Amino acid sequence: MTEVSVAKEDVAATGELVVLKSVNKHFGALHVLQDIDLTIARGEVVVVIGPSGSGKSTLCRTINRLETIDSGTIEIDGKPLPAEGKGLARLRADVGMVFQSFNLFAHKTVLENVTLGQVKVRKKDKQAAEERARALLDRVGVAAQAEKYPAQLSGGQQQRVAIARALAMEPKVMLFDEPTSALDPEMINEVLEVMQQLARDGMTMIVVTHEMGFARSAANRVVFMADGRIVEEAAPDQFFSNPRSDRAKDFLSKILHH
Amino acid sequence: MFDFLEGYDLLGAFWTTVQLALLSAVGSLVWGTLLAAMRVGPVPLMRGFGTAYVNLVRNIPLTVIILFTSLGLYQTLNVSLGAEGTEAVNFRLAVLGLIVYTSAFVCEAVRSGINTVPVGQAEAARAIGLSFSQVLWLVVLPQAFRSAVGPLTNVLIALTKNTTVAAAIGVAEAAFLMKEMIENEAQLLLISAIFAFGFVVLTLPTGLILGWVGKKVAVKR
Repeated sequence: MTEVSVAKEDVAATGELVVLKSVNKHFGALHVLQDIDLTIARGEVVVVIGPSGSGKSTLCRTINRLETIDSGTIEIDGKPLPAEGKGLARLRADVGMVFQSFNLFAHKTVLENVTLGQVKVRKKDKQAAEERARALLDRVGVAAQAEKYPAQLSGGQQQRVAIARALAMEPKVMLFDEPTSALDPEMINEVLEVMQQLARDGMTMIVVTHEMGFARSAANRVVFMADGRIVEEAAPDQFFSNPRSDRAKDFLSKILHH
Repeated sequence: MFDFLEGYDLLGAFWTTVQLALLSAVGSLVWGTLLAAMRVGPVPLMRGFGTAYVNLVRNIPLTVIILFTSLGLYQTLNVSLGAEGTEAVNFRLAVLGLIVYTSAFVCEAVRSGINTVPVGQAEAARAIGLSFSQVLWLVVLPQAFRSAVGPLTNVLIALTKNTTVAAAIGVAEAAFLMKEMIENEAQLLLISAIFAFGFVVLTLPTGLILGWVGKKVAVKR
């Protein structure tokens, strides 16, 4: 394993929030996650990049146990990830997730999408939940669409609602699983801007993406994965200008020069 | 031409048919939905029960089930479902038999509806911390029912016509009266036509209205 670690000078390290230790996962014969060790500090923005099939989405999904793992441990805020039941549901409420395909609840309005978790999981009263939902929708710039259904919104608007839905739970960490990959090019920026703002506000974020611009400007650290392993971890400047592993050099040469 | 109808309570018989159909429809919708929830749930025992129930019940003729409720439950085991008098007992037993039978079909219609809901919907619901039953009742089933209106309409129409089997245990619904009239009057074709028309009057609007409802509530993606 050619893991290259890096000193995290510019990371506001106030404790470890997400800790993965020797995590392994198989899909049948395919070893998708191989001895993954990864620690994310509170307030840190980590961007995970790598070629298709490298396991980066799977890694993201294991952190709130949408994918189970075969061995290893995952801790969030000092507590190991529960296997199932109420404990797992509680933990998921603390971990926001944004999907590639938005996954807004199709039968509910935008406002209801953002209030559902607050009312049913956080047990807030309806009025307080709506107030917070409207504030969040305003923050991501879709306040005017509150009464519409997801299908009536553009992809970029839907993804911003999905971010608001996750934020409504007041998560400790946010997971982004290729949040802009299903968007038309002209809508990518409106979503990235919301994410940039979140990063500036100090949200702990794990972002799987192909947006190298976002990685450069918003990430504290870049994690490069290939074939189920973390091949290289570095600050973005260092990673993009001077990658150490051959695998990363090869990957960057394919995506950066056209 | 219709003089022979005098002395027969045609409307009363069809009213009994409607009551049988409505009560069984509500009961089998509830039980069938619970069965579907078991079949998609995480508990192996419940999944096994749901699968076994559906595969057993939908392959038994309804006549056998209805006769069993009367001969087996009532006359042998003295189960009367809290009713007094043979007529009332038979009515309740018929509703029970129809629910037992129809819920197997409701279960499969609901399950086909569940299969139309993208996996991402349930994942997103789990990701905000909803429990399995909340995911099912708040996110998956509301969408599943909307796309299951069509198949459920078929089940309801079949149920309405299946109520005629209750005549086998003496419930005075439409088919029971028809048999009596055919025996007493020399108007075989006319009597059959009248009862056929009666059922069409019940089921045709059901299909048209629910078809419209299905379009109205369809989830846009």
